[in-house]
Amino acid sequence: MWEYTDKVKEHFLNPKNAGEIENPDAVAEVGSIACGDALKLTMKLDENKRIVDAKFKTFGCASAIASASALTELLKGKTIEEAEKITNQEIADYLGGLPPEKMHCSVLGQEALEKAIENYRGVSHRKPEEVIICACFGVTDGEIEHAVRQNHLTSIEEVTNYTKAGGGCGNCHEKIQAIIDRVYQTKERQAQPAERPRLSNLQKIRLIEETIDREIRPSLKHDGGDIELVDVVGNRVLVALRGACAVCHASQLTMKGFVQGKLQEFVAPELVVEEVAS
Amino acid sequence: MKTVYLDNNATTMVAREVVEEMLPYLGEYYGNPSSMHTFGGQVAHKVAEARLKIASLLGADPEEIIITSCGTESDNTAILSALANNPSKNHIITSRVEHPAVKVLCEGLARKGYRVTFIPVDPEGRLDMDEYAASLTPDTAIVSIMWANNETGVIFPVETAARLARERGILFHTDAVQAIGKIPVNMKGNTIDMLSLSGHKLHAPKGVGVLYVRKGTKFSPFLIGGHQEKGRRGGTENVPSIIALGKACELAAANLDKENTYVRELRDRLERGLLTAIPQCKVNGTKDERLPNTLNISFEFIEGESILLLMDQFGICASSGSACTSGSLQPSHVLRAMGVPYTMAHGSVRFSLSVYNTAEDVDLVIKELPPIIEKLRVLSPYWATPQGACATA
Ligand code: FES
Repeated sequence: MWEYTDKVKEHFLNPKNAGEIENPDAVAEVGSIACGDALKLTMKLDENKRIVDAKFKTFGCASAIASASALTELLKGKTIEEAEKITNQEIADYLGGLPPEKMHCSVLGQEALEKAIENYRGVSHRKPEEVIICACFGVTDGEIEHAVRQNHLTSIEEVTNYTKAGGGCGNCHEKIQAIIDRVYQTKERQAQPAERPRLSNLQKIRLIEETIDREIRPSLKHDGGDIELVDVVGNRVLVALRGACAVCHASQLTMKGFVQGKLQEFVAPELVVEEVAS
Repeated sequence: MKTVYLDNNATTMVAREVVEEMLPYLGEYYGNPSSMHTFGGQVAHKVAEARLKIASLLGADPEEIIITSCGTESDNTAILSALANNPSKNHIITSRVEHPAVKVLCEGLARKGYRVTFIPVDPEGRLDMDEYAASLTPDTAIVSIMWANNETGVIFPVETAARLARERGILFHTDAVQAIGKIPVNMKGNTIDMLSLSGHKLHAPKGVGVLYVRKGTKFSPFLIGGHQEKGRRGGTENVPSIIALGKACELAAANLDKENTYVRELRDRLERGLLTAIPQCKVNGTKDERLPNTLNISFEFIEGESILLLMDQFGICASSGSACTSGSLQPSHVLRAMGVPYTMAHGSVRFSLSVYNTAEDVDLVIKELPPIIEKLRVLSPYWATPQGACATA
């Protein structure tokens, strides 16, 4: 059983600001059912860019619900510039602290806030150059780096507690360690992209098949899903997802990102993945 | 507030009769059963009596009973002993839905170079027997497959599986921790070589288990030391707990019918009640071959820890296969192996009953759970069908 503070219990049992604002000025959805928690944040602002109302909907455990409730309480009455400064630690502090393993709930809150502000300003959220490091939970290098810097994380375990990255199959542990090392290194090493030979169409398809077999399918099988290569048209790779992956719509984005990332890494950087019905 | 304990696959109440039976051996009769004097000898008598009761519940001979500290020790001992006695064989067969006591051990052995086959289950949680039969090879040292699954209660055809193994000269072990006391088990009528059971799952205290080893099976001890358990497990006997387990086995034998009538009816009443009152929920695991006391049910679009904590407000104790309750960030490996979608797996709750439960217990859950589910669904961003969805209640 988790050791929750009275404040967490209070916000879990009687959440504040649960629901959804109609015609919101800012909206964000983060997390997914596959990952075990998700949060939808909606906000209403007045002409002075002050948040007059904030509401949430959460799928998740007690601390996820309490963190979202706390976030909306923190937000109300703040200007967008003030809100922008809220950290995940502040959300946790508002609740009198969270168990270390549950810090990712506060991070989810902060992510939702960031995304909502970007939505309000009309700028896009994820920088295109970010890649997914942890396929199990769809966490990007940018998100990990952000959590490491902001919360001074120094171990893989801490990164898992804050972002969930590394909490599944463990395949990404080396990459997480590399990000931690990079953050604490004064001089960042510039990785040189490897030379790639040009591929014939047949070679490309064969390489895609091999990569799916070796790098992708085992991860999906691990979660009761599967993938089938349907066709390759130019640089478009058409795939069908099955089993646990196919029914879980919330995970589609993650899945596509993961499959595409692997194919770009092992076959050719210009490939794009598209999902088709099987 | 009254505790409504519906988590008997996790652990059980120590029966009153069992406590009474063991107490004198925590107090005045503290002798060592190995001693030469009468004071110790009388304890040895009582231990022998308990061993007889344990053996009788299993349809075994007392010499086939090795007393251990828990189910995990029994599982580890069985598998490692089989490997030690078949040094030229390199293959292990188990299932994808084993308890960590077998699963994690086998994963570790795989890293050490053993080839391990994890037999899959179908969406109903049933073992793939074709794949099992096809996996048996001359290189197979041991098969370890649970008798009944702790999370879903699904019962596996281990006696058939053991026969197939025996025909090929392969040792067969079963983790029967959840099965013993809930369904009839008679070791005289099958070819299973080794079987594990755990005291605290059948109303004995924690810290005592059994490994049954069929007569004639080659065996290597796990704990090496004194001559206790005929040299098969060193360490002074946990006398009070062994005596307690003896009594608990006697009670289990007497209650076996009740388990399959009274407890089954309570479980079915709970299942019917919840399925009628709550929309979009589903039972996990086949209903045909299932322990009479277990109900694993998923509520779509909400998360298990939240359900458990809200039930806790009413004194209701159950478990969940959600990520947040497993402490591993991913939902239960059993539900994932069955291909239960994430929308369902995170919202799974396991109720497991015992002969000490009553109809009032079950009715309390049927009354209190639907509003809890409704409350969490209203909070959930995935719950999009509010109109009339809960009208069945
Ligand atoms: S890829 Fe990160 S835990 Fe599996």
